[in-house]
Amino acid sequence: MQQRIKISGLGKTFILYAQGGIRLPVLQGVDLEVVAGNCVALHGPSGAGKSTLLRSLYANYRPQAGSVLIRHQDRWVDMVQAEPREILAVRKVTVGYVSQFLRVIPRINTLDLVIEPLRALGVSDDVARTRAAALLARLRIPERLWAVPPATFSGGEQQRVNLARSFAVGYPILLLDEPTAALDADNRQTVIDLINEAKSAGTAIVGIFHDREVREAVATRVFELRSYEAAA
Amino acid sequence: MTELPLLRVRNLGKRFGQTLACDSVSFDLWPGEVLGVVGESGSGKTTLLNCLSAQLSPSAGTVEYLTRSDGLLDVHRLSEARQRLLMRTDWGVVHQNPRDGLRMGMSAGANVGERLMAVGARHYGDIRGEALSWLDKVEMDRGRIDDPPKVFSGGMQQRLQIARNLVSKPRLVFMDEPTGGLDVSVQARLLDLLRGLVSDLGLAVIVVTHDLGVARLLTHRLMVMQGGRVVEQGLTDQVLDDPQHPYSQLLVASILPV
Repeated sequence: MQQRIKISGLGKTFILYAQGGIRLPVLQGVDLEVVAGNCVALHGPSGAGKSTLLRSLYANYRPQAGSVLIRHQDRWVDMVQAEPREILAVRKVTVGYVSQFLRVIPRINTLDLVIEPLRALGVSDDVARTRAAALLARLRIPERLWAVPPATFSGGEQQRVNLARSFAVGYPILLLDEPTAALDADNRQTVIDLINEAKSAGTAIVGIFHDREVREAVATRVFELRSYEAAA
Repeated sequence: MTELPLLRVRNLGKRFGQTLACDSVSFDLWPGEVLGVVGESGSGKTTLLNCLSAQLSPSAGTVEYLTRSDGLLDVHRLSEARQRLLMRTDWGVVHQNPRDGLRMGMSAGANVGERLMAVGARHYGDIRGEALSWLDKVEMDRGRIDDPPKVFSGGMQQRLQIARNLVSKPRLVFMDEPTGGLDVSVQARLLDLLRGLVSDLGLAVIVVTHDLGVARLLTHRLMVMQGGRVVEQGLTDQVLDDPQHPYSQLLVASILPV
């Protein structure tokens, strides 16, 4: 299968200057490869660096060592070294990130929020709306809420809007941070289905799934992260 | 193909007597990018903005702008006439205080229309029509077109200033604290408006702010300034979520939770 992600020798230490320059090593020498159609579940105790690794894949965090190669169109981009505008291009076209919480933008309604990444890719307004509507419906967001900004939505509703926003695009790579944390059983099953459909379509997925049932239903394999102290 | 940035700044410095207000600033700005400059008062943000927009002459370094006909040219080496032309045709400047960017005694319509006439529009009906459509875009009541901005609220004045700047379709806009001094509710509306206009028009923007919330919402990239120097730069979410420099960490840690 085609390789989509190649991480090698990744190291990330947080230095907290307000706390007297204390150093918190979180990742060291992490190697991971992900091919198209696979879903890798990051696993390990709290503080082992699961979120740090996921955020480094999106270049939200800046590691000090190693490389994060992402297959972007017909070339490899190292997210650790890439220029800002190159990272933005990768995020626009290749890598989608579903955080646990929706960062709402005041006054933008739900449907417009979901079509935004599609419109940025040049998808026509009609096609984008059709695709967004189908996903919102599938994720059980009632149609009367589509014209409302999601600021007042429940945690679960916001999470589903967030999921619709990323799944609508069909990114070649998806990063999922606890995508089912705030969801009921029916919606959890919908998300499992969406993930498995994305895998079948060739999407490479890396995610954090605390729910064992979800993890077993979607993960092609589990990648163990140990806390730094335990590893040392 | 060699791609060129819209603005290329190298080792820019400005000295006021013994004081170094800004020192060794270098960056590239690409079309469609929104760059935020953050830092506390006195960190050199506004001085930097004024040097970039040719309102101040720098003591050192270069500010090159990608002109439509002649490639990258140092704006501080252009003739004054050419600088003024650039201001009218390619650039916009949104001041923190709308009084600095508007003609307070002229009607709202004339404030917008003046910019169009400066780039050659002559037909009264067209100019008025364009002015009306811009009042719509910045969510102002069309009925106010003949009122002077001195009778407007601060938020309306700021929206009018934005219309006046964007009507001539600039490629690069400089903004100094565009939402400073406004009510929080008015701020949110203005920010949202700006965000939409910037992405619809594909504008490149350099915005100075001390409000990290504004930076998060509006900008792609951030430069953090302290004592006239850029101490950190990167994507906005990188700088805010994983600040590296002690000063950036302090700045991010100082955001009051709501």
